[in-house]
Amino acid sequence: VPKKCQKAREHFGTVRTQLESLKTKFPTDQYYRFHEHWRFVLQRLVFLAAFVVFLESETLVTREAVAEILGIEADRERGFHLDIEDYLSGVLTLASELARLAVNSVTAGDYSRPLRISTFINELDSGFRLLNLKNDSLRKRYDGLKYDVKKIEEVVYDLSIRGLNKEAAGGAGGEK
Amino acid sequence: GSGGFRKRKHDNFPHGQRREEKENVNPSSALMTSFKSFQLELDTRHDKYERLVKLSRDITIESKRTIFLLHRFTSAPNGEEIINESEVKLDAVRRKIKQVAQELIGEDMYQFHRAISPGLQEYVEAVSFQYFIKTRSLISVEEINKQLIFTAEDREETTNTTSNSHDKLPHTWSLKVTPVDYLLGVADLTGELMRLCISSVGNGDIDTPFELSQFLRQIYDGFTFIGNTGPYEVSKKLYTLKQSLAKVENACYTLKVRGSEIPKHMLADVFSTKTELIDQEEGL
Repeated sequence: VPKKCQKAREHFGTVRTQLESLKTKFPTDQYYRFHEHWRFVLQRLVFLAAFVVFLESETLVTREAVAEILGIEADRERGFHLDIEDYLSGVLTLASELARLAVNSVTAGDYSRPLRISTFINELDSGFRLLNLKNDSLRKRYDGLKYDVKKIEEVVYDLSIRGLNKEAAGGAGGEK
Repeated sequence: GSGGFRKRKHDNFPHGQRREEKENVNPSSALMTSFKSFQLELDTRHDKYERLVKLSRDITIESKRTIFLLHRFTSAPNGEEIINESEVKLDAVRRKIKQVAQELIGEDMYQFHRAISPGLQEYVEAVSFQYFIKTRSLISVEEINKQLIFTAEDREETTNTTSNSHDKLPHTWSLKVTPVDYLLGVADLTGELMRLCISSVGNGDIDTPFELSQFLRQIYDGFTFIGNTGPYEVSKKLYTLKQSLAKVENACYTLKVRGSEIPKHMLADVFSTKTELIDQEEGL
């Protein structure tokens, strides 16, 4: 896993160069006028950065960290920035991918990773519950979070009733 | 066996486990703390958006009322009163626009554009209507924006805004109506001008319809120059504009046709006000 993360980080270098070039194509104070053009891409990039960081450290990447990985600013005042809603959308995509990872981890014999994913997802869910969202695309994506949570719960449940989670805590716990 | 267990998959157990896990979430962890700040940031942004929507609605209502007022204008004596009253109303609208400008300080206007666009279009419609009545010409977007440069009115306002006590200069705010909002407002204006044309015929004013016809044709030419290159909303309004122009042209046609059926001085009798009647008699 660490080697793949390293490789992924290298790819971000190319992304950084291209974003640099994008920044020059329009007046800096009209970010939101053209926002729709790169919105989807930025959300995707947030997801990818968050995924790499999760695989490395099992924590949630911060806005500032994503901005650094992408070579852009964290605040609007300082230039081409990452909008908070795009950051949150990317993070929600991560949740879905982690549900998938939990399932595949079990298949690959790694019984401890799903448990750690479960802890992470529950904390993420609690965080999102704090937000007052409007009925926009972010809200719709957030509505999908509960299905991801449920899926991961089911994986953990399947492991626990078979005693596989104890086996994982005991020692070997699967190699990646 | 496992079949029996499977059936209980959606039973209490996962939910009980979940409740336990949620209690284990540390409310002051780094993640939770950052989400609390996200909550604040999103709430602030949404509140500002709502304030702008409310201002935009107020602007729309007052602009619409100004337009209704201006429809009551005729060249009769109270005409000037109406113009003055409309100016008072438009000043009130501009005060609201000033509040919009104040809300938008330090913000990217385009992030909130959808909130204020309807109000601004209605304002353009009202102010250009008044301008046409006064000058028989179309107000430019530069002229409109010149009127939307605001300075702090009184000391109270200055001290309430920033904390810069050394600043002797008045604070200025401005709002620039975008070319698109201007175009959409002018497109709506043509609808009001069409109404003006019809009602002026009823008032006995037989010159205005022909002036309007020419004026509207110029506006129409301008819009066809843009054609389909503008945003979708502009193309939509172009269709309505075409219909308004047709109605005005038909009214002019009717006047011309009926004019030849009735002797000119009788036509004047039928349509004109006292002053026009006197002019006609002098001409004969």
